[in-house]
Amino acid sequence: MKLIILENYSQASEWAAKYIRNRIVQFGPGAGRFFTLGLPTGLPRDHPESYHSFMWNNFFKHIDISPENVHILDGNAPDLQAECDAFEKKIKAAGGIELFVGGIGPDGHIAFNEPGSSLVSRTRVKTLAMDTILANARFFDGDLSKVPTMALTVGVGTVMDAREVMILITGAHKAFALYKAIEEGVNHMWTVSAFQLHPNTVFVCDEDATLELKVKTVKYFKGLMLVHNKLVEPLYSMKEMGAESSQSKKPYSD
Amino acid sequence: MPSNKSVSDAPIVQFTNCRILRDHQLQREDLWVREGKILNPEKLFFDEKGSADVQLDCKDGIIAPGFIDVQINGGFGVDFSLATDDFKSGIDLVSQKILSHGVTSFCPTLVTSPPSVYHQVLPQISVRNGGAHGAGILGAHLEGPFISKEKKGAHPEHCLRTFEAGAFQDLLATYGSLDCVQIVTLAPEMRRSSEVIQELTKRGICVSLGHSVANLSQAEEAVQHGATFITHLFNAMLPFHHRDPGIVGLLTSDKIPAGRRVFYGMISDGIHTNPAALRIAHRAHPKGLVLVTDAIAGMGLAPGRHTLGQQVVEIDGLNTYIAGTKTLSGSVATMDTCVRHFQEATGCSVETALEVASLHPAQLLGIEHKKGTLNYDSDADFLMLNDSLYVQATYIAGKEVWRQDVSGM
Repeated sequence: MKLIILENYSQASEWAAKYIRNRIVQFGPGAGRFFTLGLPTGLPRDHPESYHSFMWNNFFKHIDISPENVHILDGNAPDLQAECDAFEKKIKAAGGIELFVGGIGPDGHIAFNEPGSSLVSRTRVKTLAMDTILANARFFDGDLSKVPTMALTVGVGTVMDAREVMILITGAHKAFALYKAIEEGVNHMWTVSAFQLHPNTVFVCDEDATLELKVKTVKYFKGLMLVHNKLVEPLYSMKEMGAESSQSKKPYSD
Repeated sequence: MPSNKSVSDAPIVQFTNCRILRDHQLQREDLWVREGKILNPEKLFFDEKGSADVQLDCKDGIIAPGFIDVQINGGFGVDFSLATDDFKSGIDLVSQKILSHGVTSFCPTLVTSPPSVYHQVLPQISVRNGGAHGAGILGAHLEGPFISKEKKGAHPEHCLRTFEAGAFQDLLATYGSLDCVQIVTLAPEMRRSSEVIQELTKRGICVSLGHSVANLSQAEEAVQHGATFITHLFNAMLPFHHRDPGIVGLLTSDKIPAGRRVFYGMISDGIHTNPAALRIAHRAHPKGLVLVTDAIAGMGLAPGRHTLGQQVVEIDGLNTYIAGTKTLSGSVATMDTCVRHFQEATGCSVETALEVASLHPAQLLGIEHKKGTLNYDSDADFLMLNDSLYVQATYIAGKEVWRQDVSGM
């Protein structure tokens, strides 16, 4: 794993953005597609809190992505399990996920794989933990009865199949989850810990998220920042793509 | 980019690099248009998997809903209160010329005239959509003849009338037809006005109070019967008095029926109202203010003499008086000048200055579901303006109908 520690939320976001940009350029988009992770069921597509609205307002409308290349799990599909199975097939058809980008819940979950989720799970319908429902209540005027209780999500196993995994963790309230994810063992109660068994993981976090880690761990990885920053400098651009594509993408191996 | 538009094959235009007026704010968002209406890009993206066919760079300009002028008596030599042989081409000329002022919809206004004029002219006015030929016509505004003698302003006294005898039937006989009438201005203190107001309101016609010596109670009663507008506030009515505010008092009256709003027109040309008075009105009731030009035939022409219905008017700069008097009669201001002057005089935000000329008139006429905003599924009548609120281009139903010449002409 590479643990990238930046000073604050903005810097962590910027580093992650640059890294993703470089990875996209190296990937040589053409047949490039991506999939988006999870969608609470029971929300109509145009609900302001739906993932569709979120992704549109925060991502899609700012870029020139072709709508056919957007695959979001449809929480309103008539047969939810069939929808999940179809999603898995689409991933396979696209050649597998090159880079998975996700966050982490305070309870250490990745996507909606709540504590207790199988570490080899696939895309499926998942009941949300009370913690998650409480955390989401703020989007529904604090009315718990309005918060969806189930979600469609990619499984831990699905994400493990990706060639690279990037997890973004910022804020002190995520610190304990980060500790459990990287300093304790692989445990289905903290599903992010599964990535300890993935060959290619990047955790990007800010200072506050490291509050529960050993000083030794933090110092070690901070010391590697010189090397890690080579992943974002130079910043590649699509126009120079031809010249750079032959370059190796990692300055060292895990 | 391949697109699979399941709803329609019509071309989709995406206006980018602009700030649009939406939800009362200038937001950095793209404007999407298809088939003459504002399109919801999120729905297009997810439901239809569609994308833009044409992208236009607006060079960081402001996009606002087209202006709506509910009181304009003519312009460019054309007088809507004159029953000429080429009346139709006159109205066409005005509707085409005001595109450059940012007006995309208007109500041709007729001042007090003899019944023969109404009978000849009104059938020649039809409600129609705008386009390259000119701004859309929402319906006529009939200002008079049922107004007060004491506050006739520039209206000819010999044409004033009352409806004491037959109330609504008298009105109908005078005008001949109400088919394309959108607004009627009358003086509510006239006997039987309540019946008339109710009858007009029932037919969906907006009743406006003006050219009147009504006191506040009379005005409030008129509102309770259905009146919703005040014609050029302050002008041609009793001045505000602290023990009887008159019609002006409607701005802060507590007798307005629940759920209704009283709107008031203001000519912000810097002449009809002192800027301080403009500010008082605006601050008292900001959501009711509607900018109007009250423009007359001389608007857009050189100074000199022109007609306004049965009267002769003299233009000197921005001042327009009944020839030989100091009685104001209409204006020669253009709508965009009024917007700029309003913003300067009140120091209000750009958003507010734009809304008093677009959203508020649309709300007055009950058409804000399709005009006056840039909401999804509204008619795509909009303007591109620069930061100083000069109109750079005018669009109706998504098509460019006027553009500022680069040479500035």
